[in-house]
Amino acid sequence: MNRTKGDEEEYWNSSKFKAFTFDDEDDELSQLKESKRAVNSLRDFVDDDDEDDLERVSWTGEPVGRRTRPGSFQSLSDALSDTPAKSYAPELGRPKGEYRDYSNDWSPSDTVRRLRKGKVCSLERFRSLQDKIQLLEEAVSMHDGNVITAVLIFLKRTLSKEILFRELEVRQVALRHLIHFLKEIGDQKLLLDLFRFLDRTEELALSHYREHLNIQDPEKRKEFLKTCIGLPFSAEDSAHIQDHYTLLERQIIIEANDRHLELAGQTEVFRKHPRKASILNMPLVTTLFYSCFYHYTEAEGTFSSPVNLKKTFKIPDKQYVLTALAARAKLRAWHDVDALFTTKNWLGYTKKRAPIGFHRVVEILHKNSAPVQVLQEYVNLVEDVDTKLNLATKFKCHDVVIDTCRDLKDRQQLLAYRSKVDKGSAEEEKIDALLNSSQIRWKN
Amino acid sequence: MAAHLSYGRVNLNVLREAVRRELREFLDKCAGSKAIVWDEYLTGPFGLIAQYSLLKEHEVEKMFTLKGSRLPAADVKNIIFFVRPRLELMDIIAENVLSEDRRGPARDFHILFVPRRSLLCEQRLKDLGVLGSFIHREEYSLDLIPFDGDLLSMESEGAFKECYLESDQTSLYHAAKGLMTLQALYGTIPQIFGKGECARQVANMMIRMKREFTGSQNSIFPVFDNLLLLDRNVDLLSPLATQLTYEGLIDEIYGIQNSYVKLPPEKFAPKKQGDGGKDLPTEAKKLQLNSAEELYAEIRDKNFNAVGSVLSKKAKVISAAFEERHNAKTVGEIKQFVSQLPHMQAARGSLANHTSIAELIKDVTTSEDFFDKLTVEQEFMSGIDTDKVNSYIEDCIAQKHPLIKVLRLVCLQSVCNSGLKQKVLDYYKREILQTYGYEHILTLHNLEKAGLLKPQTGGRDNYPTIRKTLRLWMDDVNEQNPTDISYVYSGYAPLSVRLAQLLSRPGWRSIEEVLRILPGPHFEERQPLPTGLQKKRQPGENRVTLIFFLGGVTFAEIAALRFLSQLEDGGTEYVIATTKLINGASWLESLMEKPF
Repeated sequence: MNRTKGDEEEYWNSSKFKAFTFDDEDDELSQLKESKRAVNSLRDFVDDDDEDDLERVSWTGEPVGRRTRPGSFQSLSDALSDTPAKSYAPELGRPKGEYRDYSNDWSPSDTVRRLRKGKVCSLERFRSLQDKIQLLEEAVSMHDGNVITAVLIFLKRTLSKEILFRELEVRQVALRHLIHFLKEIGDQKLLLDLFRFLDRTEELALSHYREHLNIQDPEKRKEFLKTCIGLPFSAEDSAHIQDHYTLLERQIIIEANDRHLELAGQTEVFRKHPRKASILNMPLVTTLFYSCFYHYTEAEGTFSSPVNLKKTFKIPDKQYVLTALAARAKLRAWHDVDALFTTKNWLGYTKKRAPIGFHRVVEILHKNSAPVQVLQEYVNLVEDVDTKLNLATKFKCHDVVIDTCRDLKDRQQLLAYRSKVDKGSAEEEKIDALLNSSQIRWKN
Repeated sequence: MAAHLSYGRVNLNVLREAVRRELREFLDKCAGSKAIVWDEYLTGPFGLIAQYSLLKEHEVEKMFTLKGSRLPAADVKNIIFFVRPRLELMDIIAENVLSEDRRGPARDFHILFVPRRSLLCEQRLKDLGVLGSFIHREEYSLDLIPFDGDLLSMESEGAFKECYLESDQTSLYHAAKGLMTLQALYGTIPQIFGKGECARQVANMMIRMKREFTGSQNSIFPVFDNLLLLDRNVDLLSPLATQLTYEGLIDEIYGIQNSYVKLPPEKFAPKKQGDGGKDLPTEAKKLQLNSAEELYAEIRDKNFNAVGSVLSKKAKVISAAFEERHNAKTVGEIKQFVSQLPHMQAARGSLANHTSIAELIKDVTTSEDFFDKLTVEQEFMSGIDTDKVNSYIEDCIAQKHPLIKVLRLVCLQSVCNSGLKQKVLDYYKREILQTYGYEHILTLHNLEKAGLLKPQTGGRDNYPTIRKTLRLWMDDVNEQNPTDISYVYSGYAPLSVRLAQLLSRPGWRSIEEVLRILPGPHFEERQPLPTGLQKKRQPGENRVTLIFFLGGVTFAEIAALRFLSQLEDGGTEYVIATTKLINGASWLESLMEKPF
């Protein structure tokens, strides 16, 4: 048993195959007589009744286990090699010569049944529109997507576009299969024609837009996106598509410029923080972050400046501040962080304001490992006292905790906090001084 | 043999043997030594029905994964491709075959499509000029794969998208075929119930298929009493919520694939003395999860909060058992003890594994973010603040949490509000597109088409009616000793399972109003049985219902059904079938647009 296991392991390793785990068990097949019986009945049930006269032939029309055999059907591949390339499916294994009569007797319904069982069948002899449509309806009533698609391929090849579309318009199931099929084989042109015919304009637009995912070259992708502008999207989506185009256009300009700057090695920020990836095809917010990181101080007139991006894409204040904060904190540019929240009123007094709430500011600063002195300043600006105390405790802003306890006249909490600061530290001294102070009227 | 498949009310090993036999027959058709080239996706499902030893017995000497350019060298007579019928795979096969022809002795090529041949694929092979190279081109109808004693899945990842977005019925056709196979093995199912458009179609296909096969009378005594077909889009809510059963959480966090899970190895390092923990394993720990493992069978369906106490009780029992060795004095006693050792050691190993997994899960479930997310989910499901922009979702977007997580929450909100106000929807859309990329317009459209994310039309919110009538939200939930299925989501009772429960007692007539609100028709069909096969149920004998989820089912829903099966006076036992085992993430993932 162990040996087998060893062999297996070696086998798997040598065939570089990892995804598969087998248990090493016996089959105990003999015990499953019942199942065998059931399986036999299954075969009766699955197998075809009109097959007997054809011996046991595989779907290819060949007797099982042999490559050629005189007097039997030509294999599908033989039959196919003399038909032109694109016309395969409908004439699956078209029988030749003496066997031609064989399939001519099948009605549309028989033909579809045979197709479904994977039998050799020619569709070619169905010439009238009426026959073809009957064929399609039979296929649809079988619900077998495979057969429906086979018939659709035949119809697509033998009917004019206009007639095909017209007939499918009133046959929704078949229509959906054709749409799926066209998507699958990537026949974008016919698909777009179809949507146009059906007047399904939004789908037409989306389907066209979807193609950009397959275009790798940024310049080509941009040009393609340009062709999407003005397509019949919903009003909301139209604006997004326009933005998508504008964003990529910007990114191409910024990318070329920055790659140059980086190579030249003259700009400090690129030297200190080499770019990890290109900015092409990144989302808008990521682009804004990039721009706040590398181009923060640029004037509004340049494409790469954050302010320009904010204006062009109507980025809300909240979003802008969050992103700028994260970028400047990452660079540890605390002065910029400070400026972000400083507003001057008309008297010239400065005031701190944060559209995102100072608790969020603190979290972001902490995530970027801001020093306690910086953190402290913003923790102090948190309005809600409980939140402030929580944040201060969490981020070890001792002074804020101590001052807040003092302001709350909460002696017990201050006492408890004493155990959390280092022995003999300035903080401990400060706490002791407060605790011993007779000036404060503690509430507890 | 896979013994755990025969533990249930219905012996699913019979099905497994049937598909194994079909596989053997195909392999024997390609006489001589062979190599199999695998579509990687198939190896998981195949692993559930055949081991390597079976293939080896049939002269399979090498196996490769399907990759571009040349096939690795192998001195075999036959090369067999095992593939799903997908066009992109045909291109790779053609590449393999074309580069093969130019060297060495000619070999026989075969192709086995799973679960069905596709004319489209064969045309592609022909266009690429290789169709003629294949001697056998066949299909292997592995429609329903037995996963456990009460669980079958088609593992068809695209089924939901095909059914509900593209209205392609192919996977429904496969489902119907799978059901015909089941009936051939387990007898005709006398009663069919269903809810939803796809359910209706599958029932139609079954009835039609049965009519066509009247030639052979099915003479097997029926094992199933009922079949319940359920459309996934009747209950879009359940998969969106975070599953809170043990198995559900393993799947949410690590993803269970074909009953295997890969876990971070650190917690599974062998604890040997003097090791000093220097050589921590770096490769993921892979474990199989099914009812063959006694402990897992016991805890998989419990609410995670009830798992810890079971594990600690087990630990005590096992240590006590090992302590017994001190009491063993006589040779006979020692012998007895030793004979129990293997079982005890297995139990100890199993306990160690699950303790580690539970620790890993606990790290996640005790995190602040998990708690916040759960709070929001539960608010939505109980109908609180579903009509305005949610600040937690806003925060998730601002902090660029995974897009799937964001989409899941937004969809949950939409479903619990019967659609979002246009302003709210537009706001979320803009935030998502600006943060994650404009190309996700396509995904958002797909979600809209599937009904997961939509504007509220007519201003009417039907969810409260549905919630109240079906008792979807239960405030007093007992996680330790549950009395209701709502324990699987700690408060939310999965709609799909509630429908099954109400069908069995007191019957759907009691909820006609809600059934009309939910999408698609509901129906009942009978398949008459010859008198000899009609069942006379013994008093107290449970009915067996096969419940088929068209479009996927989650482990939490499965757990809820198992809970119902085990109820003493429940009256119904369930066998569960589905097109795919899903969770909220894998499900939404299947709806995202990717490059062709």
